[in-house]
Amino acid sequence: MFRNQYDTDVTTWSPAGRLFQVEYAMEAVKQGSAAIGLRSKSHVVLACVNKANSELSSHQKKIFKVDDHIGVAIAGLTADGRVLSRYMRSECINYNYTYESPLPVGRLVVQLADKAQVCTQRSWKRPYGVGLLVGGLDESGAHLYYNCPSGNYFEYQAFAIGSRSQAAKTYLERRFESFTDSTREDLIKDALIATRETLQGEKLRSSICTVAVMGVGEPFHILDQDTVQKLIDAFEIVGQDEGPAAEPDAAVPAEQAAAGEGAGADTGSAPETDVAPMDI
Amino acid sequence: MTKQHANWSPYDNNGGSVVAIAGADYCVVAADTRMSTGYSILTRGYSKICKLADKSFMASSGFQADVKALQKHLSAKHLIYQHQHNKQMSCPAMAQLLSNTLYYKRFFPYYAFNVLGGLDNEGKGCVFTYDAVGSYERVGYSAQGSGSTLIMPFLDNQLKSPSPLLLPAVDAVTPLSEGEAIDLVKTVFASATERDIYTGDRLEIVVLNADGTRYEYMELRKD
Repeated sequence: MFRNQYDTDVTTWSPAGRLFQVEYAMEAVKQGSAAIGLRSKSHVVLACVNKANSELSSHQKKIFKVDDHIGVAIAGLTADGRVLSRYMRSECINYNYTYESPLPVGRLVVQLADKAQVCTQRSWKRPYGVGLLVGGLDESGAHLYYNCPSGNYFEYQAFAIGSRSQAAKTYLERRFESFTDSTREDLIKDALIATRETLQGEKLRSSICTVAVMGVGEPFHILDQDTVQKLIDAFEIVGQDEGPAAEPDAAVPAEQAAAGEGAGADTGSAPETDVAPMDI
Repeated sequence: MTKQHANWSPYDNNGGSVVAIAGADYCVVAADTRMSTGYSILTRGYSKICKLADKSFMASSGFQADVKALQKHLSAKHLIYQHQHNKQMSCPAMAQLLSNTLYYKRFFPYYAFNVLGGLDNEGKGCVFTYDAVGSYERVGYSAQGSGSTLIMPFLDNQLKSPSPLLLPAVDAVTPLSEGEAIDLVKTVFASATERDIYTGDRLEIVVLNADGTRYEYMELRKD
């Protein structure tokens, strides 16, 4: 791919009308571990895969609370994501200070997108290397947006970003029409199944994923590990046919036994790595 | 050529009294609900008490517009703290923050006379008392506002907090039960209402203890 001539800085166009630095930034998002978002009429669920670098280290934090009514899941350069989360929190606090009401999600994503755009038009800056799935509730209902490094943003019923997100997207595309009227529990289940899709055969355990929920009357919060594990166990036993049937039914009893052992081994052998040290 | 004086002041005093008493495992924060200007009453039902954190309540007398701005400022700072530390601010931490915030406006002060009450990290009651520019001290009890000159000597008489200069150090906490403290607060406000024209209407009491937070109200004289 010889496009080296026009990719040195973000302020250089290629003859084909492309900004390669921005596209490279979007590539960074694709390399990050997966993040998934879904919404119904009244709830938004964010889920992500949390792989620790080694058994000795903690997981990277990829889901951030921005306000009681807004949360964000990121994929890509998590440091950039952390900084943008801080900006989003600050915007929410300032808006609330001035207007004594929660910042509408649509406003926040525009501000975020404008901030990203600035970095695509300054020679001394670089684009943010992080994609953000912003989920939130406001007067006009539940929303899910995707903000990318280019400064574009789109609203989605459900979306997935990061590595192997296509597998999750395929699952979501099949099921998204039912999401609007989905119950909270079904929405979380769909999020977990979509997360499992990105794992490509690896066992889904609560120690490698994080799930966050927000809804009408329910402020944003991250579900604790036990709750998530119970939900995983519930649908692993029941919903093999609901899933995309990657494993045949013969594997189900093996899965159940593995689930029991996996959960026991996880809690027994390395409790520290299974529990993210700083959970909200 | 005499110095020109302003014919307009940025400040006003909305009156009222605030009190806080710390116990071994509880804290009581109380304020009347009358808001005045000059010799008029603006409203009989205004709360001077603000919850800054789970275990920190601030009661402020003085210029309520400044008080409101101060409360909003501290609440916003607390939200930032929670995002960064994944936990609520402790009462002593909030006390320091309030002091710093007040001193920040040393040369255009918040016209607010504050009393901060809550539970410290050990669950003991704590009360901090302030002046308008942030000088503060942890005490066992305090009163601020228009009725403070009537209330404070009476509290001294009843509670007699030990001097912080004593050696060995003695706890800045009063040996009163929660019920006794509430009764004392009610008595003290009833008396202050008699002689302070800016104190009256209704008394709002916030009680913090290990079980949580409770609100109590009592009618006061409305004249």
